[in-house]
Amino acid sequence: MNAGGGTVPTGMFAAAAATFRRDVVLAFRRPGQMLQPVVFFLIVTTLFPLSLSPQLSQLRDISPGIMWVGALLSSLLALESLFRADLEDGTLEQWVISGQPLAVQVLARILAHWTVSGLPLVAAAPLVGASLAVPGTAFGTIMLLLGLGTLCLSGLGAAGAALTLGSRRASVLLSLLVLPLAMPILIFGARGVDLAILGEPTRGPVLLLSALTILTLSLTPWAAASAVRISLE
Amino acid sequence: MATWTWFHKLGSPPHVYRIAGRFAPWFGWGALLCIVYGLFGGLVLAPPDYQQKDAFRIVYVHAPAAWLSLSCYTMMAVAAFVGLVWRMKIAHAAAAAIAPVGASFAFVCLATGSLWGRPMWGTWWEWDARLTSQLILLFLYLGYMALRSAHDDLQRADRSSAVLAIVGVVNVPIIHYSVYWWNSLHQGATVMKADRPSMPSEMLVPLLVMFLGFTLFQLWVLCTRLRAEILDRERNARWLQEQIREGAR
Repeated sequence: MNAGGGTVPTGMFAAAAATFRRDVVLAFRRPGQMLQPVVFFLIVTTLFPLSLSPQLSQLRDISPGIMWVGALLSSLLALESLFRADLEDGTLEQWVISGQPLAVQVLARILAHWTVSGLPLVAAAPLVGASLAVPGTAFGTIMLLLGLGTLCLSGLGAAGAALTLGSRRASVLLSLLVLPLAMPILIFGARGVDLAILGEPTRGPVLLLSALTILTLSLTPWAAASAVRISLE
Repeated sequence: MATWTWFHKLGSPPHVYRIAGRFAPWFGWGALLCIVYGLFGGLVLAPPDYQQKDAFRIVYVHAPAAWLSLSCYTMMAVAAFVGLVWRMKIAHAAAAAIAPVGASFAFVCLATGSLWGRPMWGTWWEWDARLTSQLILLFLYLGYMALRSAHDDLQRADRSSAVLAIVGVVNVPIIHYSVYWWNSLHQGATVMKADRPSMPSEMLVPLLVMFLGFTLFQLWVLCTRLRAEILDRERNARWLQEQIREGAR
């Protein structure tokens, strides 16, 4: 912001930055809501030892699956509200008539959503890992993979959330749409965690997941933007 | 441009309704002939496999179903793309008509694979790459149909599901290869051997005829479903009422 003239910066990136800042500030004003997916993640991971066996050696073998299924489910939780409130109060219409590219706004929304819902999961990963007897040396890779995977999911989820705007039973439908598309993330992510736990090189899965994330983030904003336009017609 | 008139004509429901009605019987009878011959050739004339005995014969239904489940998805995505880009309502109707057909073929493929797996692999379900990616394809179809039915407004349903079909078709190869990669890492050599002897012609010819028959069958179902879809969507249109009055006379 220009201190002297009082003019507000305009343009594509300024608008995207404003959206990003607004979303993050709003989320931080309600820390309780932000923590809910993390608590859900912790509860889901508790279910597995209780339902399978408390033996640490066995838990370590299945810990990649537990972590990724937990992370997938808990990031699905936060997705439904991604555009809903903004559809109801007219923010989305303002986005469309603002003249700024809608896809860039959607990308800012995706990044903000990941910052407030994906990053807390990444931060909680060592806690979950320790409880499943994952060796400490693997934590770095696990956090990197989970960070990439949740970012990718935020992108896919944004497309799903925009498509289900204004439909009935949106939350179940959203999972039905997003989960099949998320299978590659699960496969690469869980394989990477598996290799990290075994102490083997994880370059392959990390690179594949990064490529997938870049592809997702460059294509899904367009899909989500056109779905937002459809929901406003 | 004269070369494009055929394309623009496809945007007109009465034209497509008539065209589909004219082609449907050809596809239908062709499919019946091919399938009857293919089944006879495959189930009676072809010799039993030297290793799988008679169990291999399920391939005459399984392989065409697998091929059609994929080609239906591609056709659906192409129709969705045309509908979105050129705002052609007929293309959306076609996409809506294809989806359940493709889903049924995906299901038939899975069911026949499972039936074959029981005597051959000793299990109804194996987490084999092909089976798993076929299962995910079925989920994609189900998601598409669920999204379509979740919108009350027809136009919104059309366009939202079109976006989903396009997102899905970009993802299908990624899912396919990631599943193969996952499978090759988690399992040893697959149960299917790589170096099977090539098929003798008395086995192969019925199979090819079955492929043709299934494709014709799919086109027949597609024409019929598209006509039904047009009837449903254009139920208040004057041309349709005239057509029906003419037909009744």
